[in-house]
Amino acid sequence: MFFLPSLYRHPEFAKGARELAPQALGIAAWGLVTGVAMVKSGMSVFECVVMTLLVFAGSSQLAAIPLIIAGAPAWVILATGFCVNLRFVVFSLHLRPYLIHLPLWRRLGHGYMTADVSYVLFIKRFAQPGTSPQDRLAQEAYLAGNDGLNWFSWVTCSLLGITLANGIPPAWGLGFAGILCLLGILCSLASTRMRVLSGLVAGAAGVTAYALPLKLNIVVAIAAAVILCLTVERVRGVK
Amino acid sequence: MTDWLNGTDLWTLAVILGLAAMTVVTRCFFFFSNQEWHLPHWAQRGLQYAPIAALSAVVIPEVVMQQGELISTLQDARLYAAAVGAAVYFWHRDVLQTIVLGMAVYLPLHVGWGW
Repeated sequence: MFFLPSLYRHPEFAKGARELAPQALGIAAWGLVTGVAMVKSGMSVFECVVMTLLVFAGSSQLAAIPLIIAGAPAWVILATGFCVNLRFVVFSLHLRPYLIHLPLWRRLGHGYMTADVSYVLFIKRFAQPGTSPQDRLAQEAYLAGNDGLNWFSWVTCSLLGITLANGIPPAWGLGFAGILCLLGILCSLASTRMRVLSGLVAGAAGVTAYALPLKLNIVVAIAAAVILCLTVERVRGVK
Repeated sequence: MTDWLNGTDLWTLAVILGLAAMTVVTRCFFFFSNQEWHLPHWAQRGLQYAPIAALSAVVIPEVVMQQGELISTLQDARLYAAAVGAAVYFWHRDVLQTIVLGMAVYLPLHVGWGW
């Protein structure tokens, strides 16, 4: 939450924003393409703008758009949004000890703002939750700077995409820049052999289970990779 | 933009608000209650492996699948762009270069050659 002075005046705020900056280009391209996709689907400009400003979750937006246009029952659309976002439930479990000391509205504000890229950069920088008030404030400030810039580049480029919708042919495939951004972060996480194993298993499982509805292949892949890695740990006696 | 409200209906707006609520519910799933409880040890260990698994499950299908099927051709721009992007990352440790050089491979192959 970039608007709190105690956070944006903290040096970690700038550091969080700086560490996000290299990925901002990919996030921007992805936002641009999502903006174009919303308009092309036939939603009104007002609906596209409201969706951009409030939903703030590219994968669930892209999954929901065809259902909205087809007039699917509202509960089906919301269930789809929930399932596509299930990976965030895992992220919130991971982030809980870092944020749970905060008041409720601040926990929810940070949670809402923290999407894939910010989550990964945050847990990479802070392997353990802070124990002193200073550490906790520093971590919160880093997260706020990081996801503030992420939000800004996503929202401005989505709005730009809505404006330019008819000038950007989907055939260019600009959305692939977003995938390359995630690929770069994926590589940056491959720091131990067990994590490489986790990535390989999850990639294979994500492809194999792709036919599952509601992007549940992502959830199945996370479960398969984590269970396999924990089993290997136990068999080999890694602490 | 005089027609920016054209075609707007309340049902769609209500669904959009519902989707925003889904974003909050999933991203904050374990933040609502601050009752003290401790994660079992195995789950703490498991979280070590969750981030890379989540990203890999999102990224890999986007590179090697087309319309729900594993691609069966090597004439696909995404393969080369991803390979170059990953190599660039391990060489320079810089995500921005991964995006820029990956797209520099992707766009000519995809837009120019139709791969």
